[in-house]
Amino acid sequence: MNAPDLPLPPRRLDRRTAIKWVMTATAAMSVLDHAAFAAAAPAAGAAKGYGTDPDLMKAWKPGEAWPLTFTASQRATAVALCDVILPADEKGPAASTVGTHDFIDEWISAPYPGHAADRKTILDGFTWLDAEAQKRFRKAFTALDARQQAAICDDVCHLPEAKPEHRQGAQFFRRFRDLAAGGYYTTPEGMKDIGYTGNVALEKYEGPPPEVLRKLGIA
Amino acid sequence: MPLITSSKTQPSYDLIVVGSGAAGGQTAYTAVMEGAKVLMLEAGRNYVPESETPMFQNNSNAPLRGASTPDKPFGFYDSTIDGGWEVPGEPYTSASDDPERKFWWWRARMMGGRTNHWGRISLRNGPYDFKPRSRDGLGFDWPLNYEDLAPYYDKTEMLVGVFGDNHGLENTPDSPAGCLQPPPAMRAGEQLVRARGKKLGLPVIPIHRAVLTQKQDADVLPKKIHPNNPRAQRLLADAMRARAACFWATPCGRGCSIRANYQSTTVHLPPALASGNLDIVPNAMAREVTTDANGKATGVVYIDKTTGQEHRVRGKVIVLAASSAESVRIMLNSKSARFPRGIANSNGLVGKYIMDTVGARLTGQIPLLENIALNEDGAGGGHTYIPWWLYKEQLAGKLDFARGYHIEFQTGRHMPSMGTASGMDAYSRGSYGKKFKEDARRYYGSVVGFAGRGDMIPNDDSFCDLDPVVKDKWGIPVLRFHWKWSEHETRQAKHMQDTFAQIIDALGGRLLMKPEADGAKAIEPGGKIIHEVGGTIMGADPRKSVTNQWCQTWEVKNLFITDGGPFCSNADKNPTLTIMALAWRATDWMLAEMKKGNL
Ligand SMILES: Cc1cc2nc3c(=O)[nH]c(=O)nc-3n(C[C@H](O)[C@H](O)[C@H](O)COP(=O)(O)OP(=O)(O)OC[C@H]3O[C@@H](n4cnc5c(N)ncnc54)[C@H](O)[C@@H]3O)c2cc1C
Ligand code: SF4
Repeated sequence: MNAPDLPLPPRRLDRRTAIKWVMTATAAMSVLDHAAFAAAAPAAGAAKGYGTDPDLMKAWKPGEAWPLTFTASQRATAVALCDVILPADEKGPAASTVGTHDFIDEWISAPYPGHAADRKTILDGFTWLDAEAQKRFRKAFTALDARQQAAICDDVCHLPEAKPEHRQGAQFFRRFRDLAAGGYYTTPEGMKDIGYTGNVALEKYEGPPPEVLRKLGIA
Repeated sequence: MPLITSSKTQPSYDLIVVGSGAAGGQTAYTAVMEGAKVLMLEAGRNYVPESETPMFQNNSNAPLRGASTPDKPFGFYDSTIDGGWEVPGEPYTSASDDPERKFWWWRARMMGGRTNHWGRISLRNGPYDFKPRSRDGLGFDWPLNYEDLAPYYDKTEMLVGVFGDNHGLENTPDSPAGCLQPPPAMRAGEQLVRARGKKLGLPVIPIHRAVLTQKQDADVLPKKIHPNNPRAQRLLADAMRARAACFWATPCGRGCSIRANYQSTTVHLPPALASGNLDIVPNAMAREVTTDANGKATGVVYIDKTTGQEHRVRGKVIVLAASSAESVRIMLNSKSARFPRGIANSNGLVGKYIMDTVGARLTGQIPLLENIALNEDGAGGGHTYIPWWLYKEQLAGKLDFARGYHIEFQTGRHMPSMGTASGMDAYSRGSYGKKFKEDARRYYGSVVGFAGRGDMIPNDDSFCDLDPVVKDKWGIPVLRFHWKWSEHETRQAKHMQDTFAQIIDALGGRLLMKPEADGAKAIEPGGKIIHEVGGTIMGADPRKSVTNQWCQTWEVKNLFITDGGPFCSNADKNPTLTIMALAWRATDWMLAEMKKGNL
């Protein structure tokens, strides 16, 4: 159903991500890994999922399907990091202004297999981030100025290039960025930002205009 | 007659149909239009697409942004209800722990079954596909020809509404004028694949999907579909007028509230119910077919899931259309003194020769497709595909596998989901901040995913039987699957990988995953493509098959199986159009036999 978009390369193929392009309406192009569900440990507490027949028509908000679990300081760190990764620019607002951090809270609080691992990655990552901020600047990450935040983020933003002492931070940063991007680009503001112009009923489907075909060299 | 509860069933029916999906929907539709009184039993709950389809909801309205979970394995908005790889309280087992020998069984428990969320790809089998053994010595020939089924393909395409066009390609049948809806324009990426595929000899043509690209002609089609039956014509015309054409938005896998694509619940069941000849009991889990002392089928025992009570209903003819493996299960569980191994199973072939479709995939990122601002929602799924193009080479022995595959592929700028900008550090070198947002805009929609769908040859190691121990929550014994691909399939999967890598290269793209050199690793597990067929194969010889060409069991004259069970080969073509055409043909014949007093 959903798009192929940008699936991860194989070794890092996140099943939940990969499934999005599986869901093309073209058939069951399935990469769903059953084993991934079976093997992972259950997550946050005794919360239940939304079941096999949830209400699809209502607009769900984070916290409705199961309780959110960020502490106030975790939430503040999530807000800060969301906006470092996805700041406001001329195409769209900062990620936190459309609730991206609440989505991340929902994600790491979810009772489904696999989410427990993300929970650990994200919460341990927050701890690492604050420790790093204290070590370098004697402040919490949220209290740093943009240059100081960037100094830390630059060291962890690209896992293959991260120094050994930054690997854990880099693993966290990559996962957080993926979650934040998912949370942001699925909102109406994020969809507009990335240039998605569909989801509107049309009289006709015309296909690409001549200038696009020219650009592709097939006009 | 309408949707009813167990207490409202009639003392007897002409037909009892188990299942309401493509097979059950078509069987019941055909029968009630000819005046037969039909009871349909459906294990799932009633489902109303007009009011239950989340058409325009964006993913931020869903828990977890719509990502898949064990509760909703194909995502929150996928229309599957109470289903997936596992159904609560209804297990199935695997004879082997080896992952390569496991079979994956996707079920949906809802009115309309899997037709609410299927991909709608609707390809005809070609002439070779009915006579594979005559062509290459492997598998089984069907006891019918393409020409026998062609008129039913015509009718099915007209009834459900299938877009596509004709190219006169080998073993890729053309439809007569008036059958197909016009295909939609090709998306940018699809046109690029068509242009670059030429050099590789790949025919990129419009796919056939069960989506209305324009309103059906309610003045013409019903007369062609039901000649000499004015009442059926009127009922169908009314139903066609109630369907809208696709409005080029909203993914088909959620279902379609405007009834523009085929779902049993929006196409087969409304006119069938309007006929007044159909009763449907939802939440009715069929357990077994009952027989009399002469070995004739007399009715069905089912569990009413709302009460847990057992009920018995009687019919002159019993039709199993519960999906191929589930129909096998019902037959194996229908044991009696006359049929100690299960009904119509004296030769032990019920459950044998189950098949799926060969699947493998590869994705690439295509720089030429970056930064193209377009609305590419289109008709939900792909608009194009590549039919198998190497029939001659294969026949000449130039390939190391016997059967072909077609290529489905996905391009375009779809509604953003959790996958849209994730894993981007593979090409953005870890960007964040404003640079990340620029990268996301740049790469969005520039990935093309290729998926092969290939013919599987039936083999002795792929079958299902009853698990000797495990039962479902109603105490009904469950299926145990046995599975093995042969080298014909694994080598085909390897060939797919090579082809996809060549196409991505021809597109000037970069691979997002390494092509798998080992076909056994490239191939998806059995069942994963969700094209399970076989298990009650048809044939010309009662010793070697379960049904004849009319889907009638050899042993029990008034027992029919109209789902994919009677398939004795599984062409690369997705099975559902053929399931419907076969069900229609079988039901026509069954009604004629009833009239003659032969059942
Ligand atoms: C995601 C997905 C994509 C697909 N894409 C395509 C495609 O593009 N093209 C294609 O050709 N095919 C596709 N398929 C396959 C297609 O859905 C099936 O071939 C088709 O639905 C089979 O029809 P059926 O009637 O045999 O089974 P179903 O549609 O599954 O219907 C069977 C019904 O019987 C009911 N039932 C089962 N057991 C019992 C019982 N004991 N008592 C009472 N009722 C029972 C079930 O609840 C169900 O409603 C796809 C499937 C999936 C899941
Ligand atoms: S794309 Fe068209 S056919 Fe598919 S669900 Fe949307 S409107 Fe219906």
